[in-house]
Amino acid sequence: MDIHEFLTSPAEASKRSGPHDRIVLSSRVRLARNLRGMAFPGWAKKPERVKALETIRPAVEGLRQMGGAFSESMDNLTALDKQILVERHLISREHAAKNAGSGLVLNKEESLCVMINEEDHLRMQSLRPGLQIKDAWQAIDQVDSLLEKKVEYAFSPNLGYLTACPTNLGTGIRVSAMLHLPALVLGEQINQIIQAVNKLGLAVRGLYGEGTEALGNVFQVSNQMTLGEAETDIVERLNKVLAQLIEHEENARATLLESKPKVILNQIGRAYGILANAHSISSKETMNLLSLLRLGVDIGLFPGTERSLVDELFLITQPAHLQKRYSEKLSAEERDLLRADMLRERLRHVSRPHPMPSSSPSPRLDKPNES
Amino acid sequence: MVEGKTKKVDLCESCSKAKGVDDPTGFSLADLLLGLGAAQEMEQAMAGGEIKCPHCGFTQADFKKAGRLGCADCYATFGEGLESLLKTMHKGTKHVGKTPHAFRQSQDLADKLKSLQSKLDKAVHDEDFETAAHVRDEINQVKNKISELTTS
Repeated sequence: MDIHEFLTSPAEASKRSGPHDRIVLSSRVRLARNLRGMAFPGWAKKPERVKALETIRPAVEGLRQMGGAFSESMDNLTALDKQILVERHLISREHAAKNAGSGLVLNKEESLCVMINEEDHLRMQSLRPGLQIKDAWQAIDQVDSLLEKKVEYAFSPNLGYLTACPTNLGTGIRVSAMLHLPALVLGEQINQIIQAVNKLGLAVRGLYGEGTEALGNVFQVSNQMTLGEAETDIVERLNKVLAQLIEHEENARATLLESKPKVILNQIGRAYGILANAHSISSKETMNLLSLLRLGVDIGLFPGTERSLVDELFLITQPAHLQKRYSEKLSAEERDLLRADMLRERLRHVSRPHPMPSSSPSPRLDKPNES
Repeated sequence: MVEGKTKKVDLCESCSKAKGVDDPTGFSLADLLLGLGAAQEMEQAMAGGEIKCPHCGFTQADFKKAGRLGCADCYATFGEGLESLLKTMHKGTKHVGKTPHAFRQSQDLADKLKSLQSKLDKAVHDEDFETAAHVRDEINQVKNKISELTTS
């Protein structure tokens, strides 16, 4: 099966909505599991990895939740296919580097995705738009309970589910949410917030997880500890912290609009100007400017423009999604040109930012910007 | 120091370059420092004599290099060295939360066996031999179930 025919189009995928999706882009719960009596994928020899894959794959495919799923061995996917799956946040970058002996099973709704022989034999994840980590946990808990009847997990009553890396030991759970926090970045509060969140034993990471930058002001918040705390407690704790982060971001937006309307208008106006008029633009600059455009849509500067347009652009301007539209291999420079063409075309009907949201006092735009 | 965590960051930078993003600043630094901290902990935890996992042949040196273990049995093999590492990493060192159904069953049976045993002791003490015979039958049933579970 062709992964591109299987995947929801970027336009449709960007229209998925969920609670608090103004700030929370998506929620995810991932469980790590391993088979009893078999070496972990990173240490197992290839025949043993293949054996694990052959044990796990039919078990996963047979789940009722996986009816009509896309199931493939990683060596049957091209580098471009894999990179597209990474840009969709369906597989990890680590999994994208895998080949024979590793596999992927993805359900039709793209809400359940099982990586086989990533760092652990099984990395199953449940994905939801907006803030829905409780739902995501319940969905993956069900999948896990059905799977444990078909395959035997490595488990110890004292240490819980045994994982390749001790950081995942115990529950093997990673609960995370992707947040768009432009106002906390613009207001220079973000570092303070990150430190506070870290103190609570939660990790804050960039767009693509561990060791990545917060491109486009997108941050991933997740639990770090997996041993000694029950899944439901972890979900509950994260929910509380996320609720606070949403509130902080909303407050930061209100404060910026009130105390420094010029700064925010200037940033968004410039972002619009570049995105709608550039003839060459990198992926990184695009993400960072689209973040400001998204903020502009949120605070009412672009009446008639849907947030989903910005989210779609965020996805289709990324390197693999862009490359997919062209048959010949593009260099980074060529991509920058084509990206700019695409942005100009798609933003043609988006008018310049409205001077100011109607509820706020109107600023004097004829004055030069205060720096 | 080239530990597991550090390697990851390198990979990310090269991926960023491949995607046309060539300025890996800011955020990754915090992660990098966090990663290095964890790697150091691991190294300290694993210092000492060379131990080898009897099941998969994984050694401490391998752990130092990869930051990952070889198989589930490694947790028993390297248990002592890991204990302090787990303490710094996690909230506790004893699992709390979901347990596979099969394990829950055997735990329940073990609990039941215990309570039957004390019931038997009491019946024998009270010279209530009718009850004792009855309880003994029950105990045998539970024992059979346990052996079924462990052999399957």
